[in-house]
Amino acid sequence: MSNALPAWSALSPALLLGLTGLALLLVDTIRPNERSNTSMAVVSALGALASLSVTVWFVVAGTGHADTGGAITLLEGAVKVDTLALFFTAIFASVTALVVVAAHDYFHDHPRPAAFYSLTLFAATGMALLAVANSLAVVFVALEMVSLPSYALVAFLKKNRGSVEAGLKYFLVGALSSAVFLFGISLVYAATGSLILGDVASGIESLDGLAGIAGIGIVMIVGGVAFKTASVPFHFWAPEAYEGAPAPVSAFLSSASKAAGFVVAFRVFTEAFPLGASVTAGIDWALAFAVLAAVTMTLGNFAAAVQEEVKRMLAYSSIGHAGYALIGLAALSSGSPGNEAVMGAAMAHLLVYGFMNTGAFLFVALAERWGVGRTFADYGGLAQRAPVACTAMAVFMFSLAGLPPFAGFFSKYFLFMGAIENGFLWLAALGAVNSVISLYYYSRVVRAMFLDDPATASALDAIDVRPTALYAAVVFAAVATVLLLPGFGPVIEAAEAAAEGVIAASGSF
Amino acid sequence: MILEALIGFTFLAALVVLLAPNAWAGRLALALSAVPFVGSLYLWSRFDAVGNALTGGTIAFESRYEWVEVGGRTVSWFVGLDGISLPLVVLTTFLVPLAILSAWTPVDTRQSQFYGLMLFMEANLLGVFTALDFFLWFVFWEAVLVPMYFLIGVWGGPRRKYAAIKFFVYTNAASLLMFLGFMSLTFALGDSIGSLGLPEITQAIADGGLEPWFGISPGRIAMVAFLATFAGFAVKVPIVPFHTWLPDAHVEAPTPVSVLLAGVLLKMGTYALLRFNFTMLPEQASALAVPIAAIAVISVIYGAMLALAQKDLKRIVAYSSVSSMGYVILGLVVFTEYGVGGATFQMVAHGLISGLMFMAVGVVYNATHTRMVGDMAGMADRMPVTVGILVAGAFGYMGLPLMAGFAGEFFIFVGAFGAPALPYAPVFTALAMFGIVIVAGYLLSAMQKTLFGPFRLETDYEVGRAPFHDVAPLAVLLAAIVVLGVAPDLFFEMIRDAALPVVEGVSVDV
Repeated sequence: MSNALPAWSALSPALLLGLTGLALLLVDTIRPNERSNTSMAVVSALGALASLSVTVWFVVAGTGHADTGGAITLLEGAVKVDTLALFFTAIFASVTALVVVAAHDYFHDHPRPAAFYSLTLFAATGMALLAVANSLAVVFVALEMVSLPSYALVAFLKKNRGSVEAGLKYFLVGALSSAVFLFGISLVYAATGSLILGDVASGIESLDGLAGIAGIGIVMIVGGVAFKTASVPFHFWAPEAYEGAPAPVSAFLSSASKAAGFVVAFRVFTEAFPLGASVTAGIDWALAFAVLAAVTMTLGNFAAAVQEEVKRMLAYSSIGHAGYALIGLAALSSGSPGNEAVMGAAMAHLLVYGFMNTGAFLFVALAERWGVGRTFADYGGLAQRAPVACTAMAVFMFSLAGLPPFAGFFSKYFLFMGAIENGFLWLAALGAVNSVISLYYYSRVVRAMFLDDPATASALDAIDVRPTALYAAVVFAAVATVLLLPGFGPVIEAAEAAAEGVIAASGSF
Repeated sequence: MILEALIGFTFLAALVVLLAPNAWAGRLALALSAVPFVGSLYLWSRFDAVGNALTGGTIAFESRYEWVEVGGRTVSWFVGLDGISLPLVVLTTFLVPLAILSAWTPVDTRQSQFYGLMLFMEANLLGVFTALDFFLWFVFWEAVLVPMYFLIGVWGGPRRKYAAIKFFVYTNAASLLMFLGFMSLTFALGDSIGSLGLPEITQAIADGGLEPWFGISPGRIAMVAFLATFAGFAVKVPIVPFHTWLPDAHVEAPTPVSVLLAGVLLKMGTYALLRFNFTMLPEQASALAVPIAAIAVISVIYGAMLALAQKDLKRIVAYSSVSSMGYVILGLVVFTEYGVGGATFQMVAHGLISGLMFMAVGVVYNATHTRMVGDMAGMADRMPVTVGILVAGAFGYMGLPLMAGFAGEFFIFVGAFGAPALPYAPVFTALAMFGIVIVAGYLLSAMQKTLFGPFRLETDYEVGRAPFHDVAPLAVLLAAIVVLGVAPDLFFEMIRDAALPVVEGVSVDV
C-alpha cells in the first residue's frame, strides 16, 4: 500500500509531530497575549493522534516489514523506517497524546501554557527521529532534540523552586552524559571509520588492534543509553527530576523518554555492534547490560520500597522497570533463536508500561491539581471521594506490580520466559523476586486510597473539581491497561516482528 | 459459547452494579446474580461430559480460541466442564445470590461497590472452575484476590486492614510459588507440549514427556513441581501449618464475604490440588501419600482443637473449616473412587454447610452485635427460627445422616479405610474420624452456652426476630443441604465418573 506513496512519506509520523509543534509555536508568536489553553491542547492532541493513526496504519499495512520490501532507508542510509521504528513511534505518540490531554487541566491556571505544548511535541518529534536514526550522528542529534525540550519542561513551573532545581540537576547530568555519549561515538568512529550503523558493524568485524578504542567507545555509548533510560549508573537524576517536574512532564519523561532511550539501545547495539563480532573483539556488551539490568532493577525496587512520597516512589519504580526492559538486551546471545522473543517482549513491556506508568503519573497530576499532598498518608481515603480515578490508579499499581489480571503481568511473563528460553534463568529469577518486592510498595498506594481513612477530617474537601480532560486521560490509560491483556496477541506479534527486523538487519548477529 | 456468556454476563453485571446508586444496588445485584444461577442450572440439565476433562474424557461446553503464543506454546481461551467442575460452578452461582441477600442488613456503606465486587469475584471464580488452559486459569485465580482484598479491607471489622493484607500477602506468595513450580514442569516438558492446555500437559506427563532441564532429572523436577504447587495450594485450602491467615480473614470479613470465602474460595485450593497435584502428578502424590495423609489428619485434629479453644463464634466456624478441609485432603490422597469422589462431594457439602454456619452467626451478630460465646445466652428465646437453622447446620457439620456433610464424610471414610495406595490407611482414617467427636464437642458446647438457657445479653435495645431477608437464605441453604444429603447422587454420580480416571492413573502394587 505504502509503495504508492513517495519514500519520504514514511517519515510522516515524525513530520506530523514536528509540524504540529511548529504550528503551535507560530500561533503563540503571532498572538502572544491570547491565552488559549484549550485550543492549544486540542491541536496538540490531534497532532499526536494523527501521528499515532498514521503509525498504526503503517504497522497494519506492513511498512518496513520484510514481506513488503523491507525497511525504507532515506538520506543516504542515515534514516531507516522499519518495524522497530514504527512500534516505538506508536508508543511515543500514544504517551504524548495522553500527556497533552491531561496537561490541559493541569495547567488550567498557568499564565502561558503554550510553550508546554510545543516543547512536548518537539521532544516527541525528537523521539520519533530517534526511532528511525540509522547513523550515530543522527542518533546524537535526535537525542539532543529530545533532551533540550525536556530540560525546559522539567523546569516549566519557573516560580516553583522544586521544578527549577530539578531542571538544573537534570540539565547538568544530561549535559555530562551527552558529552560522554558523543565522545563514545567519536571513538567508535575512530575505530571503525563510519557512522552508519551497518558500516560500523562491518568495521567491528575487522578491528585490527583498535578493539580497545572501540570498546571504550561502546562502554561510553552504554553510559549515554543508561542516562536516557534512567538506569544505573546514570539514574540519580531521575528521582529528582520526576519529583520536581510538573506531573504530566514526569509522565512524559518516565514513559516516552525512557522508551526513546531503549529504541536507541535496541537498534544501535544490534545493528552496529553485532554481539558475535563484539564478543570476539573482547567487548561483551550483553554482559554489561546484564549487570546493569540486575543492579538497576534491584536498586530501583529497594529504593522505591522506602519512599514516603508517591511521586518519588513512582520515580524509583520507573528505574526498576528500566531494569526489566534492559533484560531485552542483556539476555541476547549470539545466534540464539530466542533473541527475537526476548527483545520483542521487552518492547511489548515498554508499550504496556507506556500506558500504565503514564496513567500513574497522571493520577499524581490529578492529585496535584486537587492539592491533596504528596505522601502516601495524604492519599488516605481518596477513593471515598473519587472512586473512578482511584480505581484506575489501583489498576495501574497492580499492573505495574505484575499481577495477573492486568497487562503488566503478561508483558513481564513474556519477558522472563524469553530470558529463560535464552538461558538467562538467573535474570528472570531476579526479575521475579523484584516483582514480588514491588507489590509491597505499589499496594501501599492502593491501601492508602481504599482502606485508610483521610489524614484529617477535612482532607477530602480538597477534591472540589472533576477536571474532565485529566479524568479522561487517566481512565483511558486504565482501560488500555486492562484491554491490553486480552489484546496482547497483536502487540507481541508486532513487537517480535520489530525485533526480528533489527536482528535480521544486522546480518551476522 | 454458553460458558463465555455465563462469565461475560457476570462481569457485565458487576459493572452495572458498580455504577448503580447505593440505594438499590443490593436488590439489583440479587436480581442479576440470579441469572448465572439459572444459567448454571441450564448447564446442569444439558451436561454431557464423560470421564475427566484432563485425562481425555469428553468435555462439556468446550470452547477454545487461540490467544497468544509464547516460547512456541499457544495460550488459549479454553474453557469446559466435567463432573468435577460442574458441581463447583453450581455451588458458586448458588451461594453468591444468597450471600448478596445476606449482605442487605450488615452492609450499609458504599453498597454499589460492595455488590459490584461480589459479582466481580463470582465471575472470576467461575473462570477458575471452568478454565482448562493453565494461563487462563492462573489469570482468573489471581483475579479473585483483588476483589477479596477490597471486600475484607473496606467493609471488614476493626482489624480489617491487617487481615486484608495478611490474606493478600499469604495467598499471593503462595501463588508465586505454585506458578514457579508449574512453570518448571512445563519447561521440563520441552517440545512434547504445544500449548498450555491442562489436558495436553496431563497427557504429556502421563506419556513420559518430562525431560531433564538445566541438568536436573525429570523425576526430581516433577517432585519439586509437586511440592511447590502443593505448598502453594495448601495455603489456599488451608492446611496446617499454612492456615493462620484464615481465622484473621474470616473474623474481620463481613458475613457475606466469609460465606464466599469459606464456601467457594477454599474450594479453589482443593480443586486445584485435585486437578494439578493428584491428576497430573499421581506418581509423586502416591510416593508422598503418607506425609500428605499425616498432614491431613493433623489438620483435622489440630483444626478441631483450635476451634475448641475459641470464644468467638466466627472463629469457631473458621477453624472448623480447617478441620473439614483435612478430610478433603485425606479423601484425595487415598486414590480410591470413593475417596476422590467423596472429597469432591465434600467440597460442595462443606461449601453449603460452612456458608450456612457463617450466615447464621452473622444473623445473630446483626441482632446482638457480639459473637463472643460468654456475652450472650438463650438466644433461642428471641430468634427461634434463626437459632433452629443454626442448630440444624451445626448438626450437618457434625455429620448427621441425611445431610450433605454426612454423605461427604461417609464417602471419604469408605474410600479411605481400605485404600491400597496409602499405607496404614485404617489408622489414618480412624484418627481422622476421631475429629468428628471433637467437632461435636465444640459445636454442642458453644450452642449450649449461647443459644439455650435463660436469655442474657446486655443491650440497650430489644433483641427481636431477624428480618425475612436474613432468614430466607438460611432456609434455602438448609433445604439444599438436606436435598443433597438425601440424594447425593445428584452430584455424586457425575463426580464419580470424573474421579474414576484419576484413580485409575495410579497403579498400585498390592
